[in-house]
Amino acid sequence: MANVVEMYNVFKSFGPVQALQNVELCLGYGEVLGMVGDNAAGKSTLMKVLTGAYTPDSGTIRFDDQQVRWASPHESRLAGIEMVYQDFALAGNLDICANIFLGREATQPFLGGALRLMDEKHMEEEARRLLERLKIEIRSVRLKVENLSGGQRQAVAIARSTAFQAKVVIMDEPTAALAVKEVAKVLEIIRGLKEHNIAVIIISHRLQDIFQVCDRIMVLRQGRNVGERLVPATTMDEIVGMIVGAKEDAPDSIRRVASGA
Amino acid sequence: MSENMREPVDDIVHATSQLMRSLLDRYGIVIALVVMIVALTLIKPDYFPTVGNLTNVARQISFNAMLALGEFIVILTAGIDLSVGSVTALSMVTLAILSHSGVPDVVALLAALSIGGLCGLLNGWGLTKLRLPHPFISTLAMLNIARGITFLISGGVPVSGLPPTLRFFGSSDIYLFGEGDNRFVIPVSLIVVLIAYVIAWVLLTRTRTGRHVYAVGGNPQAARYSGISVDRVHNLVYILCGLTAAMGGILLAGRTNSGYPNAGTGAELDAIAAVIIGGASFFGGRGTVIGTFVGVLIMGLLRNGLNLMDVSAFWQMVVIGVVIILAVYVDVLRQRVPQR
Repeated sequence: MANVVEMYNVFKSFGPVQALQNVELCLGYGEVLGMVGDNAAGKSTLMKVLTGAYTPDSGTIRFDDQQVRWASPHESRLAGIEMVYQDFALAGNLDICANIFLGREATQPFLGGALRLMDEKHMEEEARRLLERLKIEIRSVRLKVENLSGGQRQAVAIARSTAFQAKVVIMDEPTAALAVKEVAKVLEIIRGLKEHNIAVIIISHRLQDIFQVCDRIMVLRQGRNVGERLVPATTMDEIVGMIVGAKEDAPDSIRRVASGA
Repeated sequence: MSENMREPVDDIVHATSQLMRSLLDRYGIVIALVVMIVALTLIKPDYFPTVGNLTNVARQISFNAMLALGEFIVILTAGIDLSVGSVTALSMVTLAILSHSGVPDVVALLAALSIGGLCGLLNGWGLTKLRLPHPFISTLAMLNIARGITFLISGGVPVSGLPPTLRFFGSSDIYLFGEGDNRFVIPVSLIVVLIAYVIAWVLLTRTRTGRHVYAVGGNPQAARYSGISVDRVHNLVYILCGLTAAMGGILLAGRTNSGYPNAGTGAELDAIAAVIIGGASFFGGRGTVIGTFVGVLIMGLLRNGLNLMDVSAFWQMVVIGVVIILAVYVDVLRQRVPQR
């Protein structure tokens, strides 16, 4: 069975700085992959290469069993890769519904097609459906985002990423800014994504969260693959060791997942 | 206070205060306006609530209302346009000069509007192409440039005498029911303003573009991530502001039957004041078209009322300044109280 994302031999440097060296990544459909590594390990850079924000110096990217070369995050978004940003990238002055459909508002023709006005009713129903689907309990989709808690905002950002048939959702530090109670809820939502066969890549420093929700962990260090482990088959200590460089897999023993876990 | 300890009474009190707060949020300025109207009617019952007086007020506020509308749309994106007064003059003088040169009325009108739109576009480009750090800078430059050009093309003197078609928008009235002195009259300029406000309301609240304007004002980065072209939104709002300034110039030309180079000096500050009193946030993303109109009304009625009470124009300036502070301070107080 194919993977939804495959990246091979990815190189990316910024001037003299080698951000990524011969990095590879595989992601199965509906799989939750944790990407860990210290600062400047290359995690964000690799994701920016994947979404098309950066162009790699060399390397291959395959999405949905096809080779792709995206020139902008917009293109990867159209293809089905969504990003949930660390600061949620929500407009606080707008309500939940408006944020979920920001930039992709539904419209209906007016005055015989001369004018296109927003179809608020459709968007409201759809937004409610999205929140329900992910079991997010928020009173009303008309609440302004700035009046929500951090965890609720994160939930809205995640819901937004599922609004348009995404196949992959990338989350950059999804729980870093959240209170303890909210973390549990967000992890639950991420598990919910898995149920809908949406693959997730989570970049996080919080290993306890990674271990709770991921199927597989990939470790990067200084721009290189260090190793991969299936979560049930490893421990936090082992992963920490790989992050700091006390332990490293031989390059040819880096395993790839054959199918969604 | 845990959930178990909440009495039903607490819930009712909480819900009521939430309702009051949201009513005040949304209709606070309207309430202020109503209070003002009632007060003025009580203070000057023979003069204030007459058709003659109110029609006069309508005529007088049309100019500021037009400029305030464009200024509002710009302020929604956390921007500012200091050039609207100068652009008004430039459009007005262009209109008059073209008309005197024998250009057909429609062409002269279109030219005046285009000048406004062009100045707006240049203001927008200052931000989106030259990447000047703040629209204060590009529009301040345009304030000077447009004013200078206005003086150059007019030779520094008013260009007087306009044909009736051109004067129509600014000076004509529409007569409705009633007899003699009590005939119900609506100035055409007010109708123009109302049409403009309705169009703006539809644009801002019902179209995708309008939604994007609010988004760019609230969080430009989020807008960018959502695929919205922030530059295009910026250019658009400044063009719209230039157009409303030009329209204001056309209204003023009608009222004064001329194009005079000093027109609109300081008008930008009145426009901004109306927008702020109307509840829009200087930091972008917040405010309504209706609020702006109420701001215009409050300023206009305030001036009218103080005039009727024989208050000196200089004291009126002081009062307007105090009202601006009050309008914003109420908002400051409101933000301090936590929402939930």
